[in-house]
Parts: sequence; C-alpha cells; structure tokens
Amino acid sequence: MSAVDQKELAEFRADAEAWFAEHTVKDPGFRLPLTFMEVGTDQQFEFLRDWQNKVWEAGYLGAAWPKEYGGGGLDQAFQNAATQAMRKHDAPIMLNAIGLNWTGPMLLDIGSHEQKQAYLKGILSAEDIWCQGFSEPEHGSDLGNAQTRAVRDGDEYVITGSKIWTTQGNYAKYMILLARTDPDAPRKYDGLSFFLAPMRVPGVETVPIRKLTGEFGFTQTFFDGARIPADGLMGGEGNGWSIAMQLLEYERGVRGGQAGGYIITEQNAFDVVELARRMKRGDGLAIDDPVLKDKLVDFIIEIQSNALCRQRLAVPSLNQDKPFGIPLASKLMATEFARRINEFAVSLTGVDGSYYVGDPNAVDDGLWTRAYLNAFSATIGGGTSQIQRNIIAEHALGLPKG
Amino acid sequence: MDKIGELGFSEEQGDLLEVAMNFCRDRSPIETVRGLLNDERGHDPSVWKEIGEMGWLGIAIPETYGGVGLSLAEAVPVAEAMGRYLLNTPFVSTTLAAQALLVGASEAHKQAWLPRLAAGEAATLALLEAESDWDLTAPACEAIPSDTTIRLTGIKRLVVDAAEASVIILSVSYERQAALVLLEAADLPDGAIRRETIVDETRRSYEIILDGIELPAERLLDLSLAPAALAHIHLSANLLAAADMSGANLALIDYTLDYLRTRTQFGKPIGAYQALKHPMVDAYVLYEQARSHVYSAAHCFDRQGEGEIATRMAKVAALDAYSEAGDRSIQFHGGFGFTYDCDAQLHRRRAIWHSAQTGDGAYHKRILGQLLLG
Repeated sequence: MSAVDQKELAEFRADAEAWFAEHTVKDPGFRLPLTFMEVGTDQQFEFLRDWQNKVWEAGYLGAAWPKEYGGGGLDQAFQNAATQAMRKHDAPIMLNAIGLNWTGPMLLDIGSHEQKQAYLKGILSAEDIWCQGFSEPEHGSDLGNAQTRAVRDGDEYVITGSKIWTTQGNYAKYMILLARTDPDAPRKYDGLSFFLAPMRVPGVETVPIRKLTGEFGFTQTFFDGARIPADGLMGGEGNGWSIAMQLLEYERGVRGGQAGGYIITEQNAFDVVELARRMKRGDGLAIDDPVLKDKLVDFIIEIQSNALCRQRLAVPSLNQDKPFGIPLASKLMATEFARRINEFAVSLTGVDGSYYVGDPNAVDDGLWTRAYLNAFSATIGGGTSQIQRNIIAEHALGLPKG
Repeated sequence: MDKIGELGFSEEQGDLLEVAMNFCRDRSPIETVRGLLNDERGHDPSVWKEIGEMGWLGIAIPETYGGVGLSLAEAVPVAEAMGRYLLNTPFVSTTLAAQALLVGASEAHKQAWLPRLAAGEAATLALLEAESDWDLTAPACEAIPSDTTIRLTGIKRLVVDAAEASVIILSVSYERQAALVLLEAADLPDGAIRRETIVDETRRSYEIILDGIELPAERLLDLSLAPAALAHIHLSANLLAAADMSGANLALIDYTLDYLRTRTQFGKPIGAYQALKHPMVDAYVLYEQARSHVYSAAHCFDRQGEGEIATRMAKVAALDAYSEAGDRSIQFHGGFGFTYDCDAQLHRRRAIWHSAQTGDGAYHKRILGQLLLG
C-alpha cells in the first residue's frame, strides 16, 4: 500500500460527509432495523438493500476492496473515513452483513480469481445476499459437532440436514456452509468442510423463525438432497473447521478486510440518560431518583470502560501481560452491556413498560423492550456469552478446558 | 459528552512502567512482603533509599524545586508497579505531600521542602479524624492563633507513614476555615504518636495527638489556597490508589489463576469447572476495564472537569474490580483461602483500605452523578 495522500483523504472525507448529510433518510415512515439480525419485513429489506446499493455506487462501501471486483481500490483509510461519516449522520446499517464482513474478506484472502469475480461485486451491490449455515438445531455452541452431510457425487456435493438461526435466510442467494464430508474422521473437526453454496436450488427450503419479539429475521434451512457445485468447496475437504475459525476472526475484528460501514447500531448510554430525563417518578423525574441515578452512572462508567479498552489496544506497552485478553473479551463486554442497559431502560419506562410495540401508548413505540429482547441475539449468536467466557479463560488466562 | 476523556500514554510513562516493574519485582518478592508484615517500619530502608536515588519522588515536582519536572501521570505507572508487587514505602505519602505543597504552599515553603522531598526525604498528609468522611473540607482539629504562634488541638488519625516523615501536612480549622499546617518531625512531643492496627498490614499508620503543640505562625499555609489544595490532594490520592489497585489486581488474578490451574479435585484442575472459570473471567474483564480507566485518568488528570470525572471513574472501576477479584479469590482457594497464609487476604484487605481511605464506590458515584447528569 502506498502512503496515503492526506489532502486527497481530507477531500474524500468532506465529500462523504456531505453525501451522507444529503442522502441519509432518518424516517422512511416505518421502523428501521438497528441490526442486520432484525430485518423482519420485505419493506425493511428492500429499503436497506437499496440503501446499501446507493452507498456502494457513491463509492463509500468497499472503497478499499480491489477495483476489478467492484471495490474502490483505495487505501483502508478512505473506507474508514466513509464509515465515520455514516456514524456521524446516524446512517442506516449495511444489510448484507455476512457477505460484507465475513465472506468478502475470506474470499479476498483465500478465494480464487474466479470466485472473487463471481461473488464480490454482488456482495457490495447487495444484489446477492449471503447467509451463514453454521449452527444446527442440535449443535449450537458445540459447532464442531455439526452433522449436516455433504456427499461428493461427480461435480456436485449432495447436502442433507438442517441449519438454524440463518439470518436473512429467506432473502439469501448464497450460504457459507459448514458440512460434514467425513463422518468417520477420528477428530470431529477433521470431518468438516466449508462451502460456498447456492440457496436457490431444489432441495433447499427456508422456514422463517419467529423471534421472542414476535418478529421475523431468521430462518431454519432444510437441505433434502440439495445438489451444489463441487467448486464451491473452499480449502479442500476436511479443512472446514479452520476456515470457520478464520471467519470468526473477521467477525471479532482480529482480522481485517471488511467492506466497511456497520451492521449494528451502537448503543449509546446517553440515549438512556435522555430517557431518564423524560420519565416521571413521583413529583420529579427518573433522573432525580438517587438509586436510578447511581445505576446510570454505573452504565456510563461501563460504556466508557469499553471505549477506553478499544483505545488501549493501540498502546502495545499496555497490552503485554495478557495480549489476547481485551480482543477476546470485546464481544462479551459489548453485548452484555447492551443487554443490561436496555433492560434498565425498560424499567425506566415505569407503568408504560406494560405496553408493547404497536400500541400508541408505548414509550418510544416500544423501542426499549424490543431492543432488550433483541439484545439476546448478540449475547447468544456468534458464540454465547458462556462460550465467550470459556474462550477467554482458555486462550487469554491459560485455564484448562472443561 | 464532552466532559468524558480519552486514553493516552506518554513515552515517559512507558519507560517508567518498565523500569519500575523490574525494580519492584526484584526488590519485593512475596517472601519479602510477608517478612515485612511484622516489621515495625513495614518497609526496607535500603529500598526506600534507592527509590529516592532514582528520582521517583521528584517525578511530579518541577525542576525548579529539584524534581524531574513531569506530572502525576508519570507517577501512575510507578504506583501501579508498587501495587503489583505489594511494595510498601512512603512513596505515595511523599508524592501526595509534594502535591499538597505545590498547590497549597507559599514560594518560601516550596523552596524549603520540595527539594528535600525530591531528594528522598519522606513526608505525609494528616487529613482524617474521628467521624471523618471523605469530604476533607471541615476538619475538627483546630489551629488557634496566639500572637506569633498557632496552637493545635485535636487528634489526627490514619496518618500513613507518620513515623518516617520529616514533615506532616495537617488539615485544621483556622478561624472556621479549612487550612493546612506544616508540622515537622521535631515538633512532635514524646508520646504524641501511636501506631494504629490497620486492615492492610503491609502499611504503617499512626494516630497523632495535636493538643499542646505550638508552632510558629508561618507554618500555617496560605488560607486562600487551602480549598484548592484539599481538592487536589483528594483527587491525587484517588488516582494513585486506583493505580495501586490496578497493579495489585493483576498480581491477585495471576495468583488465583495459578491455583485454579494446579489444584485438582474430582480428578481435574478446579479451573476446568465453569463454576470457577466464568466468575474468574468476569473478575479479569473488570480488571482490564479498570486499568484502561486508570491510564485515561492519568492522561486527563490535569484537565479541568475531565480530570475529576476520569479520576473518580478510575477509582470506582479499580476498587470494584479489585474487591471482587479478592473476594472471589478467597472463595476459590477453599479452605486455604480462609488461612492467613493465602495471599488472597492481603489483597482483599488492601482493597478495603483503599475504599475506606479515599472513598467508596457509592461516594464517588454520587459525585459523578452530579458532574455527569446534573
């Protein structure tokens, strides 16, 4: 990478800010999802797909991906500037999360030229939505024990089994699929292989799953002898587990290459402070209640903790004792914080916490209750908080496996 | 929130962190710490002398007064290293006394005392009394004017390192205003000081009876500077307490992890059980968060507004993290955890000391609530 022309970067940043100021739609007339896991209606889906496409066409998504595959061919600093501009203007999330953040970076790192040509542009334009087939109904946290079968038959693999918690499964054209090619491998991990699998082939059926909020956003995906092309196999048979682990590193931000933008709206403790200034308690406001105020201060200290830990990662001499500690803990810290602060926000709404999304009397249209219930998607998905604690204990603290 | 600061780390902090960690590791192995628990002085005079010779007491003292000319931010890694190895000396007392002089004393007093402290003489502060809380602005001890002298009354408590100090800076009421007075070691009559039995046995603390002590009037520091000096002392003490707990907490966590890895029950190491593993991770995460706060507070300390918020947050975070880790460490050590020989008690007692000395979480959070939320 050549040195970044600071003048050029400054101009790019100014253009990006102007663009998002002009084009960001704050209120499309319906509720926008706060995360990529909450896309529950066709209306939301179409809006976000158009939005992502628009951002990409303007040059503010995939700016650092190679030009020949639909990217901007610029330094990462340019994409970072564009992402900052999105945050500054509270722009909607990027829809095609699995493609932009996981599949794309993986293809750039280990994909063939043909695969990059076939898939990357569609990921950026949101024309081709990607989903992920890792978890199974009987194998969630124990991912290495996945049992969906892939059997080679000529130029194809025949897939049989079922995947669950498939985000945007009903919209996806492709899936990154972890399936078992060798059920007799001595180590369960060695029997797994990794595929780029088309979803719109006979024998694939997606059934929407209704979430605890009453909304949709996930599917269960059934494979009944579905035939997928064998050239979708990544890294050879038996290497699925190591590729899946590599994907988790993109997810955790330990590895770079993501297309940019964000797929989850960040929680802001001061939104909850603002709520506490509106909610009545006795003759006063919730924020004047000393007990509630003490809890709010706890939350502010905690969100600041997480921000400062991110800043500390840039100071090598303050990360020498347990270098993997903070990176491995960041998901646990952020997701558990979001769950608890939203739970607290629900309690702040007092009697009106009785209402739910859709009732005209619900505070902020039931946003807080919905956000609290949806927060579990992050404390469970991508490895539960309990699994995260095992990972931190074993990989940062050197404790033995159970 | 524009009052919320960020994290920064200077080259000098980095150098001092490395040097101080190495020094404290060499000079303060746990056997030495244990050996000093029953020692009357509670520290090794030769180590204290070396600390003076290395110039650490002058870190936050300007060069004009014989110091190094850095700031309290650079004393933070040193305090953290001393906490990490439970190394006790009058370093923190002396550093805080120097801060009190810098903000609260006349030029003549600064010139008289700061070079001596920078060169290695011990000093301390006497701020607490019976019925004190952490608001230092209304001492019951008094300095009563009489002609060219002031006469002291009352009893000061919890005066750390008083027996070592060449000078003790007292808070008193003078004509109903909070004031600071310089008391020299030679001013103390026989029997005026009594060693106290305190929860943290690595430290030494004393009660001082002031009744009957008469001092020249110029020992009273400028009244107009006293409120700012007291506020600065309180925040400085909390910053260094947070740094001490950050260092000590890592030692505590490593000590506990070692036990979880080696102690076996039912045929496997107890650290393999999630009932111990998961709370251990939670304690560890709190530690990392607290350490990030400590270095943010050090970085922001001299900024109006931001510094106070960051420092109080750091104290709350470090105290909560250290208390929780110590509490869990006692429990996770099982029967051994209940004994004097287990180091978990040293840490749990140390956290209680810091909570009692410079303010518990509820106290700091009440003030943060006012500062952040109005």
